[in-house]
Amino acid sequence: MEIDFENEAKNYPERGQVFDFLTPEQNPALNVDKSVLLYIESLSVSFDGFKAINDLNLYIRDGELRCIIGPNGAGKTTMMDIITGKTKPDSGLAYFGQTINLLEMDEPAIAQAGIGRKFQKPTVFENLSVWENLELAMAQSRDFLSLLRAKMSVEQMMEMSEILALIGLEEQIDKPSGALSHGQKQWLEIGALLMQKPRLLLVDEPVAGMTHQEMDKTAELLRSLAGRHSVVVVEHDMEFVRNLSEGGKTVSVLHQGSVLAEGTMAQIQDDERVKQVYLGE
Amino acid sequence: MIRLLDQDRGGKWLIGSLLLAIVLVPILNSLPESSSLHIPTYSISLLGKYLTLALLAVAVDLVWGYLGILTLGHAAFFALGGYAMGMYLMRQIGDRGVYGNPDLPDFMVFLNWQELPWFWHGFDQFWLAVIMVMLVPGILAFVFGFLAFRSRVSGVYLSIITQAMTFALMLAFYRNEMGFGGNNGLTDFKDILGFSLQSDQTKIGLFIASAIALILGYLLCRAITTSRAGRAVVAVRDGESRARFMGYRVENIKLWVFTFSAVLAGVAGALYVPQVGIINPNEFSPINSIEVVVWVAVGGRATLYGAVLGAILINYAKSYFTVELPDIWLFALGGLFVLVTLLLPRGVTGLLKRKEVE
Amino acid sequence: MLYLRLKKGLYLGMGCLLMLLASLTQAGEAEFIAHEQALIKAKFEQKEQIMAAWYAADTQQAVELMEMMLASQLYYHKKEKRLYKVIDASKGAVADRLSDGESVTITKKRDFKRVSINNYLRTLFRQYIAKAGLTAAEPEQRIAAAEAMVGNTDPDLMATVAGLRAQETNADVQSAFDLVLAVANLQSADASQQQAAIETLGDSLQPAALNALKQFLASNPESDLAPIASKAVDSINGKIDFYNGVETLYFGLSLGSVLVLAGIGLAITFGVMGVINMAHGELIMIGAYTTYVIQLLMPNHIGWSLLVAVPAAFVVSGLVGILLERGVIRFLYGRPLETLLATFGISLILQQAVRSIFSPLNRSVETPSWMSGLIEINPLLSLTQSRMYIIAFCLLIFFLLLAIMKRTRLGLQVRAVSQNRNMARAMGVRSEWVDALTFGLGSGVAGIAGVALSQLTNVGPNMGQAYIIDSFMVVVFGGVGNLWGTLVAGLSLGVANKLLEPWAGAVLAKILVLIFIILFIQKRPRGLFPQRGRAAED
Repeated sequence: MEIDFENEAKNYPERGQVFDFLTPEQNPALNVDKSVLLYIESLSVSFDGFKAINDLNLYIRDGELRCIIGPNGAGKTTMMDIITGKTKPDSGLAYFGQTINLLEMDEPAIAQAGIGRKFQKPTVFENLSVWENLELAMAQSRDFLSLLRAKMSVEQMMEMSEILALIGLEEQIDKPSGALSHGQKQWLEIGALLMQKPRLLLVDEPVAGMTHQEMDKTAELLRSLAGRHSVVVVEHDMEFVRNLSEGGKTVSVLHQGSVLAEGTMAQIQDDERVKQVYLGE
Repeated sequence: MIRLLDQDRGGKWLIGSLLLAIVLVPILNSLPESSSLHIPTYSISLLGKYLTLALLAVAVDLVWGYLGILTLGHAAFFALGGYAMGMYLMRQIGDRGVYGNPDLPDFMVFLNWQELPWFWHGFDQFWLAVIMVMLVPGILAFVFGFLAFRSRVSGVYLSIITQAMTFALMLAFYRNEMGFGGNNGLTDFKDILGFSLQSDQTKIGLFIASAIALILGYLLCRAITTSRAGRAVVAVRDGESRARFMGYRVENIKLWVFTFSAVLAGVAGALYVPQVGIINPNEFSPINSIEVVVWVAVGGRATLYGAVLGAILINYAKSYFTVELPDIWLFALGGLFVLVTLLLPRGVTGLLKRKEVE
Repeated sequence: MLYLRLKKGLYLGMGCLLMLLASLTQAGEAEFIAHEQALIKAKFEQKEQIMAAWYAADTQQAVELMEMMLASQLYYHKKEKRLYKVIDASKGAVADRLSDGESVTITKKRDFKRVSINNYLRTLFRQYIAKAGLTAAEPEQRIAAAEAMVGNTDPDLMATVAGLRAQETNADVQSAFDLVLAVANLQSADASQQQAAIETLGDSLQPAALNALKQFLASNPESDLAPIASKAVDSINGKIDFYNGVETLYFGLSLGSVLVLAGIGLAITFGVMGVINMAHGELIMIGAYTTYVIQLLMPNHIGWSLLVAVPAAFVVSGLVGILLERGVIRFLYGRPLETLLATFGISLILQQAVRSIFSPLNRSVETPSWMSGLIEINPLLSLTQSRMYIIAFCLLIFFLLLAIMKRTRLGLQVRAVSQNRNMARAMGVRSEWVDALTFGLGSGVAGIAGVALSQLTNVGPNMGQAYIIDSFMVVVFGGVGNLWGTLVAGLSLGVANKLLEPWAGAVLAKILVLIFIILFIQKRPRGLFPQRGRAAED
């Protein structure tokens, strides 16, 4: 399967213009000469003998939107934990671009290198207002002393307003985010994720607890992000995945800690092994 | 400064009344004793003591209220600041001690020491003492915090090891060999910067110094909490791992705030000692640290002015009860711990705010 | 007619006098008088014969008289011609007539004359006394006599000892005799005998053997046997070090047992339930005060009081614990820092309550006689019995708790609730009830620890505070949620403390241990035996 990434990215020119501020910060150390943004090779980790990840191989191309499905306990969350530095694997490799070894880095370093993560359960800072949540997430120096002196610049203001408009929380900017509804929190978290301007977005079950309308909107947003960002979506909702992977996007099926099958949604659905373990046929 | 207090009605009240006190207290003190408005000097010293404790409470509120670390070791930083000041005051005694030795404090003569230990050198200089007041607690907090936060010790574990730290320091300071006067600590101070500690003017001066220190400390904490760094601090409190995934070095944020707060506590201790006239290892005892936390809890966490209110209220009550009904005091204090945590999670200021909303 | 009379207010010397008199029988009576009269009349040369005959006739009697003569306490009344024991031969002092035990007051000093002896007799008598001891009926007496004789080189006496050694059957007495002989043989002119002596001494654990060898080395540094002797000294020193080490270990284990006892209740409330109970120390204190009250209630049965106190303390502390859980802690589940504050408040209340009810002063709790005493393993090592009981008691409680947690229904439910409260509830576990019982169990065990501690330290309102930090350190060091970890942590901390004590002093040792734990927790935040897995990381 040969995909022209350059051209695929250009497939969304009009969206790119709308979300100009979404251009990810370029990490100078990041090297994507081979057009692959994330390498995961022979990754294994076990908890008390239980192999949560078992010889996992996964490559995410630069600018790709990838859906990952799999039954409970297939290792989806553990995989994200490893990529974001929360869990250290027993063996294997995880590289961001050609040069950045994720296994040598801790969570903040990985986040600063350009990997953003959205959790399954919406996690926002409940005591901070919507505005403050976004302000914290904003791409900026995370050093304490510079935070102490930081002032909001006009460009930052603009960015924040645009994101607020995008996630539809303009009316709530001063509300403590703990007072938001479940769906609003999901959106706030997505907004915060976008404020970080990551190169790679890991999105864990983004539409849990959303209405159909919101789901469509989310799908549209995620698709629009692809190209400039790489997006990895872990999801249970098959309809959403089908919607998201339209246009021949790759879907990976995780089973017992390794990739069982990979291909377009149509290919996956015809795969006998997938039917057996996942669809339970 | 005004901008810092923009959204802070409590802070405005607090600083307003402190400024008023700085002006009024010396005037009221100079009134004839027969006047009903006269404030006796010993009350001024007592007030000054409360203000230093309030500064300690502000330091604890910054760490507990905003950063979410329940520190049970701030009495140690307070006491270390106090000891640094006590060493200066000790050296100021000169040859006026019981043994009349111009170099060695009395307790060293008593222990038959021949010369001043190396760490006592230079403490006859006020400027060095002032640096040490901040440096010693700061360095201890930095080293302790560096180790603890880097290895992600948090929650009750952190509370317990901060308590173990104070406990170990208390045991250490009880030893005569440490060179800080053992059980008796440092006392019998005569004067500070050449002014007699017994004179009314000095006491008023110390009161004013305490009030100014509290105002400055409050404003500094306020500057931190209202900045973007302050939001990061709250973020660390409410979602440590999320803050990490956002790229924040949680351990650095904790370390900065913890160390700063320890320095504040040290300054509070340094102002406390000349006003009470003694510093001994009891100041390290674990209950002292926990008591400070209750002042903050009673006043209301994460408000800063609530900490001041709580510290002054409870210490006033303590002064009253321990004289009038000494048996009741521990019952009352213990009950307060339980009641505040069970029924008043947001403290007195939280209660007032709710009243206001209604 | 001779008769015995007991008198009130006997002074110490009377003890042996009565023994002497008690040995007088109707038949012995005449004999005694005959010897007595002969002794009074005798000159120095005759005294040897008379006493030898007396010794042959009634050894014990003769030995006691010899001892009196050696101590210059044997007198006779010039007119009465009777023997008296006189400690103070001045006017107005008391003299005891040996034949009937009658005490008389000395009115004239001149009436009494001392039965005099010379140096030759002195030496002779000492040998008789020693020989008598070596042939005494009780092995302990023979050993004591032999030990007193160490260093004596008199050839006649040694010949006697060697003869008795050949007949002796008791192994302990044999080795005591061997020691006497070996120390004497060290001075022998025969090199092979000396060498044998050195070897015997090298195996001995008696301090006397080491001293003898050292003396030998000091006086004969050039001797051919010096290397062997110094090797023997080294071997003894090695054994001394070894047994000192064993003793330190024993002290450490007993201190460790105290730590385990103090911490084990917390291992349940904090480790298993995750409740941070700062009043844990006060629950220990309540157990100790329960012991005190039980002893007040049964002052005539101190021996039994501890056995009653153990269940009583369990119940009292356990009930207080349940009250605490139902009244305060259950409202604070999931808020550990608030729980810490609230329970600290409770600890203040309990302390003040004890101060008001009893007194701010320490109360003394008696130690029953069955707990005190020494167990002598060998001359270098004796173990105090109370520590032994503490260690045994600690292990008993530990395994009992382990069994409760692993084997009983309550234990199963506790573990279920602690791992997944909602799931456990869904499966019909009454989690509230389990919480209360578990907390009661942990608190009750703290009470039992209080009973044990009442035997070791002062029982006072502040005793709980002294243990709370140690208890937390033990639990955290061992790994929260792991009873075995608590045991290992407690014992090893106790031993570490005792190992450090000799060169650091008690306080500094404690500080060092605290610093060590603080640093250790930095390195391994989950303790020695962490619970692993994904669940434990959240």
